[in-house]
Amino acid sequence: MSETKELESMIGEEYKHGFSTDIEYEDFPKGLNEDIVRKISAIKEEPEWMTEFRLKAFRKWEKMEEPDWFNATYESPKFDEIQYYSSPKDKPKVDSLDDIDPKIKETYDKLGIPLEEQKMLSGVAVDAVFDSVSIFTTFKEKLAEAGVIFCSISEAIKKYPELVKKYMGSVVPAQDNFYSALNSAVFSDGSFCYVPKDTICPMELSTYFRINNMDSGQFERTLIIAEENSHVSYLEGCTAPMYDKNQLHAAVVELVAMENAEIKYSTIQNWYSGNEEGVGGIFNFVTKRGLCKGDNSKISWTQLETGSAVTLKYPSVIMKGDNSVGEFFSVAVTSKRQQADTGTKMIHIGKNTKSTIISKGISAGESDNSYRGEVKISKKAENARNYSQCDSMLIGQTSGAHTFPYIESANPTGKVEHEATTSRVGEDQIFYLQQRGLSEDDAISLIVNGFCKEVLKELPMEFAVEANKLLGIKLEGSVG
Amino acid sequence: MLEIKDLHVEVEGSGEKILNGVNLTINEGEIHAIMGPNGSGKSTLSKVVAGHPEYEVIQGDILYNGESILELDPDERAHKGIFLAFQYPVEVPGVTNSTLLRESYNTIAASRGREELDPLQFEDYIEDKLELVQMAPEFLNRSVNAGFSGGEKKRNEIFQMAVLQPKLSFLDETDSGLDIDALQVVANGIKQLHGDDNSVVLVTHYQRLLNYIEPDFVHVMIGGRIAKSGDKELAIKLEEKGYEWLNAYGTVNGEGK
Repeated sequence: MSETKELESMIGEEYKHGFSTDIEYEDFPKGLNEDIVRKISAIKEEPEWMTEFRLKAFRKWEKMEEPDWFNATYESPKFDEIQYYSSPKDKPKVDSLDDIDPKIKETYDKLGIPLEEQKMLSGVAVDAVFDSVSIFTTFKEKLAEAGVIFCSISEAIKKYPELVKKYMGSVVPAQDNFYSALNSAVFSDGSFCYVPKDTICPMELSTYFRINNMDSGQFERTLIIAEENSHVSYLEGCTAPMYDKNQLHAAVVELVAMENAEIKYSTIQNWYSGNEEGVGGIFNFVTKRGLCKGDNSKISWTQLETGSAVTLKYPSVIMKGDNSVGEFFSVAVTSKRQQADTGTKMIHIGKNTKSTIISKGISAGESDNSYRGEVKISKKAENARNYSQCDSMLIGQTSGAHTFPYIESANPTGKVEHEATTSRVGEDQIFYLQQRGLSEDDAISLIVNGFCKEVLKELPMEFAVEANKLLGIKLEGSVG
Repeated sequence: MLEIKDLHVEVEGSGEKILNGVNLTINEGEIHAIMGPNGSGKSTLSKVVAGHPEYEVIQGDILYNGESILELDPDERAHKGIFLAFQYPVEVPGVTNSTLLRESYNTIAASRGREELDPLQFEDYIEDKLELVQMAPEFLNRSVNAGFSGGEKKRNEIFQMAVLQPKLSFLDETDSGLDIDALQVVANGIKQLHGDDNSVVLVTHYQRLLNYIEPDFVHVMIGGRIAKSGDKELAIKLEEKGYEWLNAYGTVNGEGK
């Protein structure tokens, strides 16, 4: 038996090395089959259970149909033409900042992103990359002192297999939906965070780390576990637009909160949204779900969605523990030809569970912006409460706003409140602010910021400033 | 300071003509009152000077300190010191008064090469401006005009005028909808803000505001043009006789509304 094992590992070893050397110089084949799934797993030197996890997901995905129930029209991604793994060699080479599209550069400057970071974002191979690694290392030490594990999901699979095995797929099963199955089969990398019992994570787990990961692919996988009496705040995304070689971005994020634990997950999403004619841009098809597993636990999603050609995303909370709380604060901005169908699902299972939904949709240009939310109160959920507020703001005459609320209550003690408003940024409002000296763009930015205030205040401080700027830039020139 | 020459204006795209050859000259330090019946073009004139995009100037010119401002955006006109107190101030939910005012102040200051103020400096700066319109400091933290009473909105306009210190202010029916106490506060505010280096144009229906603020000139608009100009005696006469007395002026020209 042990002989066989040794043999296997020897074979595996050889295969592994040979293969990874090859991959550096060869293009990874396009399309998806079992072989590709195995290759991805092999490159990442994954244990067998992980390979199996991927293969199972792939087999399910093969039998699933691409969903089309969204309020968005687009040409289906060509799944056989996607390259499901890209090694560093495959990335477009940029030698200096001068080679970057001046438009992107301009946006970086406006956002006030430091030069070193700009280089990193653009994938310029400079020392800055190492800078960020060292920053990350400093974080890692400080986090280790507190007992918090924060690393890439690839590293976690190797170092903490028991945790990953136990929780990955426990909140978003592979077969949950078409894109979660795809992600489970081919995920490239992502983050893993484990906060032990009675621990307050000493810092916001923030962007730098994520930027590196985003570079590695568009199928991210994130898993966050907060043990009893712990607290963690996680920030995702970068505020810079990125050109992505491939169109599809299908991430899966799973959160698990034990008794008295709290997870706050904030996102600023600004993927490339395509040009004025709607050509190009990212399909952002993401599955995000949190499980309030223990009593008195709390999960909050805060998102600022400004990018992507098409966004289909419903960060959800399953409130299983008694007295647990789910929150969803969202600002979704669409302009040009962007389409966003986004919202949340709040599933009440435990007693006295409480959820809050505040959604602000802003549509400009010829874009379409839909809120889709579901509040479900199960039979056992005594005294469950939900408050939903969905406000839409239209800029110009050619954009659209839609609201699709679904409410399902199986318990008569449940209480659900839903409020919705639609307003239009009027010529008079803009004229008023211009008369007070503000430029047209600043006027719109101010109006929109006021409209989103309740959500923006939920963002961590360091994000809030960037969020304000981002909103301004996003809507520049959106009127007349 | 302001010279309006044979100004003809119509509603953009509709061909509906509202101003039919307005001529008006305002010098530094003067107070003018523009009166006239509903629909005579008083409010339109104020909006056109401020650059409202709804209106199109089809003939004539507006010179400000000798230069035409027709091609300037509303914010560029504001930077030059033109202010309009709105007849119906607009609500901006979620944006506090202090945020808007500081942004306005600093944008205008920057355009004139003056020093911008940080939030603390700005707080000091506006403290006595609040007193001028008798408003409590809490007022600064409320959203711009949202949920304000009619009187509060009007006072807020004068407060903004106090903070921004314009050179030429058009006050569009600032007195309407005010009770007698509020009218006094507003009128006192305007009086204190007026000086030798700035001019004020009061657009009003009623003579009562002019009891508090004595205008140097009174103009009556009828049918999109100034039918008669005079001093404050004209306003008193109007109060007695009504606009009917002047209607002849509007129709004689055949350009009445």
